[in-house]
Amino acid sequence: MEKVINIALPKGRLGEKAYKMLEELGYGCKGVTENSRKLIFEEGNVRYFWVKPSDVAIYVERGAADVGVVGKDILEEYTPDVYEMVDLGFGKCRMCVAGIKGVVPTGDRTLRIATKFVNIAKQYYASQSREIEIIKLNGSIELAPILGLSDVIVDIVETGTTLVENNLEVKEEILPISARFISNKAAYRFKSAEIDAMSDKIRDWLATR
Amino acid sequence: MFFDRAHRQVMTETILKNDEKAVFDLRSLYENFGYRKYKMSKFEEYDLYARNKSFLPDGNIITFNNVDGKLLALKPDVTLSILKNAKEGRQVKEYYNENVYRMVDHEYREFMQVGLECIGDIDLYSTCEVLMLAKKSLATISGDYVLDVSHAAFTQGLVDSIDVPYDVRNMILDCIASKNAHDLSRICKERGIAPEAEERLCGVLKIYGSFDSVIEDARALCANDAMTAALDELCEIYSFLVSIGEGDRICLDFTLINDMRYYSGITFKGFIEGVAQCVLSGGRYDNLAARMGKHMGAIGFAMYMNFLDLYFDKGSCYDVDILITYDEKADPAALLKMVNTLRGGGRSVRVQCRDDGSIRSREHFYFSERGLETDGKGN
Repeated sequence: MEKVINIALPKGRLGEKAYKMLEELGYGCKGVTENSRKLIFEEGNVRYFWVKPSDVAIYVERGAADVGVVGKDILEEYTPDVYEMVDLGFGKCRMCVAGIKGVVPTGDRTLRIATKFVNIAKQYYASQSREIEIIKLNGSIELAPILGLSDVIVDIVETGTTLVENNLEVKEEILPISARFISNKAAYRFKSAEIDAMSDKIRDWLATR
Repeated sequence: MFFDRAHRQVMTETILKNDEKAVFDLRSLYENFGYRKYKMSKFEEYDLYARNKSFLPDGNIITFNNVDGKLLALKPDVTLSILKNAKEGRQVKEYYNENVYRMVDHEYREFMQVGLECIGDIDLYSTCEVLMLAKKSLATISGDYVLDVSHAAFTQGLVDSIDVPYDVRNMILDCIASKNAHDLSRICKERGIAPEAEERLCGVLKIYGSFDSVIEDARALCANDAMTAALDELCEIYSFLVSIGEGDRICLDFTLINDMRYYSGITFKGFIEGVAQCVLSGGRYDNLAARMGKHMGAIGFAMYMNFLDLYFDKGSCYDVDILITYDEKADPAALLKMVNTLRGGGRSVRVQCRDDGSIRSREHFYFSERGLETDGKGN
């Protein structure tokens, strides 16, 4: 008998796109995309729940979900101990260093960096042996260099429109980002047939795009 | 006598919590196979851990200075201490049940570990005995378990078959450990690794399943004698385990990556259905012994009891079996006599002058001059 697979989806466009894909692959579930206050949706061998995008990795790592869809940025930042089964290829963007257009931060003092992605920023600058000061912000990161709070920001850049509108520009690209299909390591042991079948279907689906 | 023998047996069954029962069963199992209990001090010189820091799981060591200014550590591990005390020419078979301490996410944490080490001459029998005990340990917790096995020399042979710098090698190992075929392929292409080598590396990720079902797939990936020899050794161990009726629930998984500076032979991890983390980890660590200047074989494993807390905690609806509240005019001696009668058969009986609502009991009685009456308010 096939076992039920618990799937954590990130709230928002990325999760909706991921669900659409899973629905096409035969993992549909009634009510998932309806606007309701319901938290868990179950049909046949799948059980879905919507969680905050940055929490998907936690749900999967701690086994509340067997599998999930999460951005590579979250995996790089929190390094959860999970299997990264498939690169979904959508939700593409870049993790970049950005700053005020035309301004090159001076190299003879500590570089001030505003970011949500503290670990990614630390790791990137450590690889360059650059002395930095991290200013952890939770939103409106682009504001920091404009107001002189930081020299640069480390953030996700999708189209670059927000940067352009605020006289900012990409200085360096740290890594490309896309959505990943992840699995809990222990759950894989007991549901490997189901999780492998799901991963294979996703790979085949991606190959036809 | 306060308890008779049968009563004591019942009390042991009911009072010991599931995790305590599991530790009791595991200790009995190891004692049964002649392993002696190793008791270690809470403190060890920091130097022991500093030299072998990456042998320890993630988490910082908690250190402090003693009165002489020497740097000590609250023990983060037991294996290193057992190995430190092992003497060449002597066979060590020891088990432990110890709390270890680490700093995780800026918090001081305490973890309970139960495990065993077999150090000295390690042959096929010793290896299989340790694996069998690992299986039996998992079975003590649940029948739904899996023991995944790998071999450090197979992984070493795999990375030796490609010529890449140390940092790239580590990136490749990270991809293997997370079954990340897409980034592995990208790295191979970026670094000019030959397509057949890329295929071999990615092929390792696909190997998962019962030993018999995937061993031939693993053979097809062998690129050098070291990989073939590692598989031959795994086959020999597996055949022995099959011959003693312990061949079930063993899976091959070469994405189990252990630090090859310490591990030299078979490595294994145990999982229990319903527990989100690996609950048992072990392997052959002759290289660690060699790093400590000891030329001896060593194999062992540890069970992480803290990961089983949630699994064991099924919750209980009641704090006690019987709650007795009493009238202030009631005779205390008669009340105690009644308590002694009721607690026969291992039932727990709590007495208090009034019911403040904080205790959940299966039954609730009221004791007065007239004797015991049903209160009718049992929670």
